[in-house]
Amino acid sequence: MLHERIPNLKALVEPDRVHRLCYTDPEIFELELANIFEKCWIYAGHESQVKKPGDFWTFQIGRQPLAMIRGHGGKIHVLYNRCPHRGTQIFGARYGNAGDTLTCSYHSWRYHYDGTIESVPLARGYEGTTFASHDCNMQRAPRVESYRGFVFASLAESGPSLVEWLGPAKVAFDDICDRSPEGEVEVVMNCYRVVQRSNWKFFMENQLDAVHPSVTHESTGRAAADVEFQIQRRTGEKPLHYHMLSAFVIPFEKWDSLETFGYPYGHTILGGYMGLRPQDPDTLEYERILAKAYGEQKKDEYLSRNIHHTLVYPCLSVQSPLQQLRAIRPLAPDRTLSEIWHFRLKGVPEPIYRRSLWYYNLVNSPATLVNADDLENWQKGQWGLASRGGDWVSFHRDYGRDKIEGSVMRSSSGCSEMPMRAQFRAWLEYMTAGA
Amino acid sequence: MAKPASKPKRAAAKQPAAPARKPNGAGQDLQREVEQLLFRQAEALDEKRWQEFIELFTADGMYWMPPAPHYTTWDGMPAIFAEDRDLMTVRMKRVTHPHAWSQAPEWGTNHVVSNVVVEKVDPSSGDVHVRSRFHMVELRRDELRHFAGSYRHHLKRTKDGFRIKLQRVDMMNAQAPYEYVLQAWV
Repeated sequence: MLHERIPNLKALVEPDRVHRLCYTDPEIFELELANIFEKCWIYAGHESQVKKPGDFWTFQIGRQPLAMIRGHGGKIHVLYNRCPHRGTQIFGARYGNAGDTLTCSYHSWRYHYDGTIESVPLARGYEGTTFASHDCNMQRAPRVESYRGFVFASLAESGPSLVEWLGPAKVAFDDICDRSPEGEVEVVMNCYRVVQRSNWKFFMENQLDAVHPSVTHESTGRAAADVEFQIQRRTGEKPLHYHMLSAFVIPFEKWDSLETFGYPYGHTILGGYMGLRPQDPDTLEYERILAKAYGEQKKDEYLSRNIHHTLVYPCLSVQSPLQQLRAIRPLAPDRTLSEIWHFRLKGVPEPIYRRSLWYYNLVNSPATLVNADDLENWQKGQWGLASRGGDWVSFHRDYGRDKIEGSVMRSSSGCSEMPMRAQFRAWLEYMTAGA
Repeated sequence: MAKPASKPKRAAAKQPAAPARKPNGAGQDLQREVEQLLFRQAEALDEKRWQEFIELFTADGMYWMPPAPHYTTWDGMPAIFAEDRDLMTVRMKRVTHPHAWSQAPEWGTNHVVSNVVVEKVDPSSGDVHVRSRFHMVELRRDELRHFAGSYRHHLKRTKDGFRIKLQRVDMMNAQAPYEYVLQAWV
């Protein structure tokens, strides 16, 4: 047992450094799935992925295969993908429409969209058996809630509500939706999926690591800046999507001037740096539409939220100004699936959508000009931590200079490793809860 | 022994040479010219002659890899690649930059392009539409990855021979999770 071999998980997490076993140990990984992923709110998907009754989309929480499905009357249910008869998975496709009923492909047990049993063939065969006391309904995730169209499920019977749990990190979804004059987004029906050969925490730590971009992404930043310059000479204009790439190589000092926030449950926010509020005619037209919907003051409030990334711990990275979201599903201590989504702001002119689409394609597609070097770093990091070349991972930068305000940690140094420390504070709480 | 051997010869002599892919009007010469371009493009990738690869496209040429087979345009859509020559130049400059960290391990590809079918020849412009299949093996560090799929080339005739106006690349695994990513064009 883990507790015999590693008697004290607390000894692995110090305030400013963490033991390498947290990233490599298979038993710690299993405990993470059980104590973190299968206990807290995990992203299921967006409501617009399942528009019509019977539309479903499968996903995973920890080791549990689930599906969210739109019921009659509009309610979204999250079901375990398992037939109560003999265990066969009911949903064979990754997504689609289930047809009139959910029908098991093995013996044709049928279920309503909410998972309750509809019919069993050869019902006479069960007469005189204890079948009546067998639970024939598909099991549901104990809790399903959505916030502004983003659906989460929890496999824990009780705990904080989704909004309570999100706390200030819910701004990620407000910031996405408030950029639409209708206050809503619709999913772009495509999910890029990329497997990272590294522990899931590499990804979560990287997202708010403001030191890495100008190092890791130097090649892409420089290449994009070169071509951006050539285009400007040729046409007099600098396309914004080149800036999205060249901005990676802004100097350390500029990154360091960003603010970071660490909240309860490990959620963290990094302030914005790209300056994505240009004054071109498309943007001005868009701002007029927003002002008409919300008034000048609200419009300015909505457009001046200064966020680059919000991390909803342990599984989401949201880039609200660009309407993109990455959900991670840990597969093994050294394997992590990332699911990458883009959202369309309802009621917004096409050029504004296309602007964020560039980011989705150039940065987040499987032919990414950017993440190729991230994944390479994390893979090498995973190998390094599997070695005996050292036991500790350092999160010392700016330790002791974080501002602690109640349960909120804040740093006015964008390059502080506070976000990693805040994540591990939550990690330890989850991992040792009830121990 | 001599008699049976001579029989097929006689039979062959009676039949006229089979027309090469007649339905599209492509003769042997066109077929060969198109194939040479596809082979040259594959070689440019395998030999990392990136600039030459880019110059095979027209000034307004596009390299496009849709995320699923049902896509009909790259314009305003999710796309694994949707690169004009400027973006191709970014990619070239990136992979050849000394700090392209993901290029540090041994890395290379080997393409086989086949099943080349000239689909359509536009009689007025001389534009040619070609479909073909590819199989690509990539070595990265100590591991091989296999990719397969189909190409569709829209070729324009120029004074330097054919140039690519649009290349569409459909991957067999377009919708499956990618183990790691694609660093260069496929």
